[in-house]
Amino acid sequence: MRAAGDLVARMQIARGMKIAEAKAYVAGKLGAAVSDLTDPILMSEAREELKLGVLHPAAGTPKCMEAKCNIARLLEIDINCVNRFKANAGL
Amino acid sequence: MATIVTRYGDGSVLTMTEEELKADLAAGTEDAAERGEIPVLDQAELDHIFDIFKTPHRFIGVEPGREVVLSYDGTPLKMMRAQVNVDRLQCLQIYEKLLGADTLEMGHVDYSFKPIKPIVTFEQPLMEQVLSVTTAPVFYGAMPNLGLYSQPDGPFPNPSQLMPEGKVAEAQAAYEAAVEDAVNDIVYVSSAMVEAGADAVILDTVGAAGDADMLAGLKATEILTRKFPGLCVELGMAGEFVLGMHGALAYDGVRLAGMYAHDQIKLAQKAGVRIFGPVCNTDTNESAPWNVARAVTFMKACCEIASIPVHVNMGMGVGAMTVHDHPPLDVASRASKAMVEICRLDGL
Repeated sequence: MRAAGDLVARMQIARGMKIAEAKAYVAGKLGAAVSDLTDPILMSEAREELKLGVLHPAAGTPKCMEAKCNIARLLEIDINCVNRFKANAGL
Repeated sequence: MATIVTRYGDGSVLTMTEEELKADLAAGTEDAAERGEIPVLDQAELDHIFDIFKTPHRFIGVEPGREVVLSYDGTPLKMMRAQVNVDRLQCLQIYEKLLGADTLEMGHVDYSFKPIKPIVTFEQPLMEQVLSVTTAPVFYGAMPNLGLYSQPDGPFPNPSQLMPEGKVAEAQAAYEAAVEDAVNDIVYVSSAMVEAGADAVILDTVGAAGDADMLAGLKATEILTRKFPGLCVELGMAGEFVLGMHGALAYDGVRLAGMYAHDQIKLAQKAGVRIFGPVCNTDTNESAPWNVARAVTFMKACCEIASIPVHVNMGMGVGAMTVHDHPPLDVASRASKAMVEICRLDGL
């Protein structure tokens, strides 16, 4: 979560993407260059803007399950715990 | 001529000349090529590993753009083993927030599917809590560990006792029975953890008890991915080739005994594995360069035919890392760099 490693990993997990494809996909969704994905400064800004969760979250900012809901929506993937959360919460 | 300071596979320090380094790299790749019946590394690749080991820096990283993601096995146990008294939930928060882990893995201290089965109802709420306080994907991991199904620990006659008595057929029958029980346990526990919200499942040290152990991993994967379409199963191997303890077991008509990573991955993909974690064992009597050249040769052959992400196992005693609880960073960083850049890895 310092940069975008968890997001790239989610594409490997969700769709079995190889690393290059996963990086390109995530970069596209973030509106960033692939080379930006490992930049903790750029990615912190992107994650704050897109509400994807950051390492040092301020009070009231999306984190954990909230962030994962946003990640699932942005990356257009199913996240198991998000789906169960929504089902259990009647969302 | 420069002197290269490196280590043996057991971690003890070794100095080499450049000529000795080149000779060890050549010997390492040739050893892998002969055993695996795969190509040796080409000269450019050997030169690249040579340059990695020749650099005097204590720590070295990958070139920009070559970064990969990491998955883990036995994650919560590492802190307990170091006697840092944090619960598994806090351990995973530490991994995520303080150690920068891309993925997280929850597992029980008794890290095998069989002992987890009776207590899985205690694992599920913890998984739910972990998922509520973390953002990175969370795997649930454990080992098939077929040895637990043999007497006195398990229900079936012990093949290790039957084989020396010449009771081969009885030993094979015991292995086959253990496979069925193990598959049931893996599916039961994994299903429970997926229902608790886990992002993925890790079957760790598959093949540890030989070909029967690997068969259990593959069959369980097949069932789980049919039961939960879209489920990610990461299959992490125990050793560089499958020991033929049974000797005649097959999956999809292919005999398992003797398979190296480049053949293992074909079956893993057929079973529905989504991330494959191959292994190359470290030889403690050989140098780190020898071990790295050898490991990269095996893993490159595997990665070249993989259609799924490959996360090579690199830890104590595998992936050319030294056989030590805390592998020295000089070897760990060199081995990782060589592995990632030559094999074009998807992860470690």
